[in-house]
Amino acid sequence: MDSLIGIFIGALLINNFVLAYFLGICPFLGVSSNLETSFRLGLASMFVMMVTALCAWILNTFLLIYAPYLRLISFIVVIASTVQFIEMAIKKLSPALFRALGIFLPLITTNCAILGLAIFATNRGYGFVEGMVYALGAGMGFTLAMVLLAGLREECELSDVPALIEGTAMNLIIAGILSMAFMGFAGLFSST
Amino acid sequence: MLLLGNSEDYEEFNKGIWRDNPVFVQVLGMCPMLAVTNSAINAVAMGGATLFVLVGSSFLVSIFKNLIPKQIRISCFIIIIATFVTIADYTLLALVPAVHKELGAFIPLIVANCMILGRQEAFASKSTPRLAVMDALGMSTGFMIALLSLGSIREIFGTGTLFGVELFGPAWEPWVIMILPPGGFLTLGLILLFFNWMTQRKAMFLEQVAEAEVEGSSQ
Repeated sequence: MDSLIGIFIGALLINNFVLAYFLGICPFLGVSSNLETSFRLGLASMFVMMVTALCAWILNTFLLIYAPYLRLISFIVVIASTVQFIEMAIKKLSPALFRALGIFLPLITTNCAILGLAIFATNRGYGFVEGMVYALGAGMGFTLAMVLLAGLREECELSDVPALIEGTAMNLIIAGILSMAFMGFAGLFSST
Repeated sequence: MLLLGNSEDYEEFNKGIWRDNPVFVQVLGMCPMLAVTNSAINAVAMGGATLFVLVGSSFLVSIFKNLIPKQIRISCFIIIIATFVTIADYTLLALVPAVHKELGAFIPLIVANCMILGRQEAFASKSTPRLAVMDALGMSTGFMIALLSLGSIREIFGTGTLFGVELFGPAWEPWVIMILPPGGFLTLGLILLFFNWMTQRKAMFLEQVAEAEVEGSSQ
């Protein structure tokens, strides 16, 4: 089993969810045109990932040892409904926080980064503490990638880009260069 | 294909392959698209699994479309999709364990492929089972074409092979970057660029034809 700091750095930088595992590409390309929005989406994703890790751990420990073939369906249903309840609770308790994060919560739930987190954590046999650390690292890594791409895209808005390459093609090429930069972190921890 | 004799069926099948190609035109389903295309064989396995899931769930959704309450339709679609994905996951594990190991967590992640949910919401929940299946077949063929072209390009340059067959001989120095994550982003970016270029050229050509016709009729 890896050390906790190894799991954290691994999920944050070395095996970044977006740039190395290609999870959550849809919001990564779709919502990253504005720095402020993408930062808040990243924070909301981090929050949902923590909830997901908790749900996945509970399901794995108490339910799925009896029925492993229900794993996928129960993950989706439980995660989606838990996030829905939390969204209602936030709306009731803290309208300010709801305005900052709330609108993104239902969108994030069916994102593959969330489901991927639950599946990866299960496949690697992470316990409760390891799962939470993994979720924190993955969430922060997702936020980092979102903010970096949004910053680069805002710069590109100001520069004179050929009309042909504008849009998704350019974003993918920027993401490729970012991903190359993140490969430099490989080997930071020998265990991951 | 007997079904293709009917022009309406053919129209639904054909649109997914080129005009509304899910990847190149609609830019949907990017996660599996980039993650599993480091070799052509993985791309085929992922394309096959997606085809099975999309056709199965489109068929089921179009049959039950009047029974599913409107408010909770998305959850119902997801549960139907998840059921088919579980079947595909266990089938691949039983038939081709090596490929299943390679694809790993990305088979269960077909559930989160927005292309599949998108087809249920946009098409299957509003049409007859027959047309829904044709649409699903077309869309997944288009997805398969995209997966296969990306997977082949990355495998050819990244390892110098195609479907495991050596192409260039020992003098070839593989571009390792192509099978690593950045290669996926860069290759797909360049393919999209090529698509944009083709679309632009076609628009220019049609414009020229229209202009020539106007000139021809005025003389």
